[in-house]
Amino acid sequence: MGKLLIRSNVRKLRFEHNEMTQQQLAEKVGVTRQTIVSIEKEKYSPSLELAFRIALVFNSPLEEVFFLDNKEEYL
Amino acid sequence: MMSYQEKKNVVSLFSTIVIFGFYCLYVFQTYPEAVQESAETFRFWASVILILIPVSIAAKIIITIVFNIIYRITTNEKEPSFTDELDKLIELKASRNSHYVFILGFVLSMGSLVLNMPPYAMFIILIFSGLLSEVVGVITQLYLYRRGV
Repeated sequence: MGKLLIRSNVRKLRFEHNEMTQQQLAEKVGVTRQTIVSIEKEKYSPSLELAFRIALVFNSPLEEVFFLDNKEEYL
Repeated sequence: MMSYQEKKNVVSLFSTIVIFGFYCLYVFQTYPEAVQESAETFRFWASVILILIPVSIAAKIIITIVFNIIYRITTNEKEPSFTDELDKLIELKASRNSHYVFILGFVLSMGSLVLNMPPYAMFIILIFSGLLSEVVGVITQLYLYRRGV
């Protein structure tokens, strides 16, 4: 089975939330800034727990923060 | 720009090699007869390994402290005081690779004895596989921070 390409809206959501910095988001969800950088560059898919924590910060449903391109391809 | 973790790994890579280099230089300059076989061979090489451990730990602690101070001054950012899930995942993968290399070195060192090579050859292979395994671990970390997991 091929790897799922999970896309991230984190960068966009940060800007929409008063241009929150990576460091501020990192502190709110309890990770290092490096991890936020990797998530934004889509180099790392966070654990489900971290994904929910990020969604909580933006007060958005999970699928607005992380989503799949071309879902049909994987069906 | 490199992140704290990447910079830390680059520093760690250089310090590992430099500490090891200086230590070897010191040992071989002080004891040029090291590779001659004698009744003391085992004792000599075992002490070389045992002394290298605290020396490199102490040197690395000092280098880390100096690095953190320089990092704070140059970036105005405090270094992360904890490891998060990404750090842990990368650490695990790095230590796995590092173990593979060391075990390969261990097998080679046993092979050297089977092939009737002198005991110092076994110790040199062991010491170098220790160095190499550390280098491979650091390079794995650098690679994974760069490329992603």
